[in-house]
This record gives sequence, C-alpha cells and structure tokens, in this order.
Amino acid sequence: MRLCLARSGDKGDTANIGVIARSEAIYAWMLEHLTPAFVKRYFDEVCEGEVERFELPNLLAVNFLLYRSLGGGGTLSLLLDAQGKTYAQYLLAAEVEVPESLVHAQNRVADQQEQPHV
Amino acid sequence: MKRTIIANCGGFWGDDPTAPRRQVEGGPIDYLVMDYLAEVTMALLQKQRARKADAGYPADFLTHLRDVLPACVQRGIRIITNAGGVNPLGCRAAVEALARELGLSDRVKVAIVAGDDLYSNLDDLLASGEPLTNMDTGQALSEIRHRVLSANAYLGAAGIVKALERGANVIITGRVADAAVTLAPMMFEFGWSPADWDRVAAGVVAGHIIECGAQCTGGNFTDWWLVKSYKRMGFPIVEAEEDGSFVVTKHPNTGGLVSVHTVAEQIVYEIGPPAYMTPDVVARFDSIHLEQEGPDRVRVTGARGEAAPEKLKVSISYHAGWRAFGRLAVTGPEALAKANKVAEAFWDAAGGRGLYEQAMHQFIGWNGCHAPLATCEPGEVLVQFAVRDEDERKINSRFAPHIVPRVLGTVPGITYIADQGRPRASEVVAFWPALVSRAAVRQRLVVGDEELVL
Repeated sequence: MRLCLARSGDKGDTANIGVIARSEAIYAWMLEHLTPAFVKRYFDEVCEGEVERFELPNLLAVNFLLYRSLGGGGTLSLLLDAQGKTYAQYLLAAEVEVPESLVHAQNRVADQQEQPHV
Repeated sequence: MKRTIIANCGGFWGDDPTAPRRQVEGGPIDYLVMDYLAEVTMALLQKQRARKADAGYPADFLTHLRDVLPACVQRGIRIITNAGGVNPLGCRAAVEALARELGLSDRVKVAIVAGDDLYSNLDDLLASGEPLTNMDTGQALSEIRHRVLSANAYLGAAGIVKALERGANVIITGRVADAAVTLAPMMFEFGWSPADWDRVAAGVVAGHIIECGAQCTGGNFTDWWLVKSYKRMGFPIVEAEEDGSFVVTKHPNTGGLVSVHTVAEQIVYEIGPPAYMTPDVVARFDSIHLEQEGPDRVRVTGARGEAAPEKLKVSISYHAGWRAFGRLAVTGPEALAKANKVAEAFWDAAGGRGLYEQAMHQFIGWNGCHAPLATCEPGEVLVQFAVRDEDERKINSRFAPHIVPRVLGTVPGITYIADQGRPRASEVVAFWPALVSRAAVRQRLVVGDEELVL
C-alpha cells in the first residue's frame, strides 16, 4: 500500500485487479517484480486458473486477470466475496522487499497523511 | 469551445436514492444519466413481465423520475436511462402517465431505444446460424437453451443519438453498453461521426469512468484517509468538450474526492486488456492522460480508439439451480478450533458435503474474503455454510434445518444470527456471454408515433 494503489472487481468467474504505482520508479519495479507468477502464488487459495498481466504505462498501472478465481462467479458462487471486490486490498497487504528509496522518495503523499495503518 | 455537462446519478439499481435529485439541484448540468440494469436484473424483469404484461422495467425509476422531472423539464436537462428493462414501451407508458399527473405532458417527449431483447427470437437466431457459443467456455447454447431466462444484446449509442436529434428529453433504452448513455450526448452535441474513433473512444472513457457512480469520486479508494468525508457523497459529473477532452468533477459541498488516483483506479476497474471493447469503438485505455486541474477536477485527454468490433456482445441469463446460506457465530477462546468442530458436526447432520453439487463453509472474520491477514486468532468468527444444487427440495429439507440446532448441540460460545431464521433455497441465475452478428440485431427507435429501424 505504500507503493501502489489498487482496485478489483469481476467479469464472470474472472477477477481483475488493477494496480497503480505511486511513482515511475515504483512502476519500473512493479513491471519486474509484480509478475503474474507472484500474483498466482499470492492468490493460490482462490485462483484456480492462470493469471495474465496487461500494462498501462500512461497510468503507471498494470491490470491482472485472475481466471477461475470467484467460485464460479456471480450468483453461481458460494464465496462471501463473489465479485472479488476485496482482492485489491489483500494484494496491497503483500509484504515485498524493495529498495528503501522507493518508499521514502515516492510515497510522500501517503506518508504525510495521518495514515492509520502502516 | 462548446461544452456539455453530463451527470451520473448511480452505479446500479439500488444505488443512493438521493443522488438523482442532488445531481439536478447541486449545480448546472445538461444531461442526467441513470443506470438500472445489472446482469441479474434482466432475468428478474423477464419474470415480472411473464406474470404481468405491463411490468418488466425497474419501478424505482419512476420514483426517481418523479423527484427530478419538473426541475429537468424547466431547466432543459435531458434524461437518458436504461430503465426500459425488457419492456421499454411499458416504461414509456408509465413515464407519460407520470408526466400527465405532474402537468408536464406537453413538455416531455419520451423516446424508446429497443431491439436489444433477443429472448423471444432466440430459436430463430440459432436456426439462422448464430451459435451464441459461450465466450468463456466454448459450450454450445443448446446445453442450456431450455433454461434461458433472458437474452439481450448490448447496443451502442446510435439509437440514443437519433432520439436526441428528434428532440426527446426522456430517453429510455433496454440493454445498452454502460458507457453509451454518456457517449451519446457527446456525439450529439458535438456532431461527432461514429467513425471518428478517437473522439468516440473519449466518450467511452468518460462513460466508463462515471458508470459506477461514486466509485470515481472517492468511493472504494485505496487512500481512504485522504477522503475527508463520505457523507452526501458527490456523484460524478463530466464536463465534455468538442475535441474529446473532458473534466471529471463533482458538485461543490458534497462528500468524496476527485483526484488523478480516484479516476485512475476507476479506469482499471473491471477491465481486461487495455483495448476496451464496446459496440461503438475499441477504446485504448493505455492512451489516456490524466491531470489534476484543480481541487476535485481531473482533466482527461488523449483517448485513442480503433474501429468498433464486428460483433455485438449478448448477455444470456439462465436458471442454474438453487443455493442457500446459513450462518452461526462462534466466539470466545479458541474460536477457530471450535468453529471447525461445529462445521464438522454440521456437515455430518446435513448429509455430508458430497450430497450437494457444491458445498463449502468460510469463517467470516478470518478467511471470508481472502486468506487471513491477521497474525493472531480472531476473538469471534461467523461461520457461513453454503450449498448449491439442482434440487431445491434437497436444500430445504437436508441443509436448511440443520443450521440452528448446532447452537444447542455443539461448542460453547456459539449463537445464531438474530434476524436469520431457517435458510431457504433461492434461485441461481447464471450468465452466458456470447457474440452475435450486428445484422441479427434490429435496433429500433420509437419517438411519439414515429418508429424507425436503425
């Protein structure tokens, strides 16, 4: 969360998680490290299909599609969050190792606020 | 430069009922766009219509319209909505009756955009060589043909543009692409050609940003601590310009926040590849530039588009069995261990998980939405049991009666949910995304006595 913002939702049984970097340097880091394999591993318990990633450099964003991740999707699903709306927050809670400069230089906006969770 | 102001007042049927009035009264706007049709809504509306010939559209629309119609007529605000559901003509009759009641008959011109509803001629479509294969799974429609509850093509902006050209000020559609209600007034006001792909794409981007209501004005935003207040949430407004650029904003003195980040998050919401397909254009979401122009004002420029896809998307809904949920709260020391014990006893009483096509339980407060983030055990969890099956009776007789008895016959520190009672099976409506040739869909426009096929 100190590196990125994110929002998630559904298309049938596929969840999407759009992740936006807080700086160009973080975006460059994200392209290299926030890979489909990473996301697949992290969502191991819910994602039964592949993970695909698309790039939107204009928004410093990448979009992940997590196939077969919503228990069938829509009303077919028995999951509490059948639309994957909470997946973004879960991904943002991932702990990753990054150069200190990325967090310090780039996350001024978030750090200046009274951020309740760090 | 010519400018037009488009206000969205809700992201789905059931959104904030005060939004339409607040959007009309909070500042100057030219268009009010209203969305009522989630995918599951169409199945519900087909059923309502089967029971009652003049039903089949969301009745809430009339409540909202009553609130805003006099002010809209007086100030020349035009209303565009997909509230026609599966019976746009029925909806029109109700709107005209409302206009009479409010003494506005001579100032309200209603138009209908229809032709999206393929439910009644599905067999003709199949016979004419439209396979309507499931886009996700590749299955043939014949597998579920007898269970189909609704079938609607996603229409583009063309019908709405024509309705605006004919002077309609309340435009009611059936299923149209969500962005079409925003794109259409831009095409009409600025005279954009449907093949001016970049500008049409700009309209689609604008529509996509505002179609989920407050989700682009600070709702569901990662940096929630930056949003000063969620009270009286501001709903989105697009100030569109002729060259395809636009500003996303909200009325003054409303809750929420419009920033580059709130808008960017909404752009990546529920999308696939950056080539975003709509009936009107393929909008390149990797071409958009966002810039904070002032407080709660984000300028969006640079949208690029490519030729519209050859086929239209169809959303088919079908009956897919039944499901039920039951919940029990387990608290106190060792809540998780106790909850597991309860689950074991419950499934044994309910005939085992294997008895149902699908069966599961989750511990809400621990792993309800995703794997646990907490490092220590919760003090309480809500155990949610769930089943899905073809057989409604099995769910009601084998699953439902066994939830509450666990309160007396298992662990300490367990209670049931005060307002829950015994669960009941409810129908599962599933979706079947498919494609159809444009030629197979006849878009119709009805304004007054005039009817046009587009």
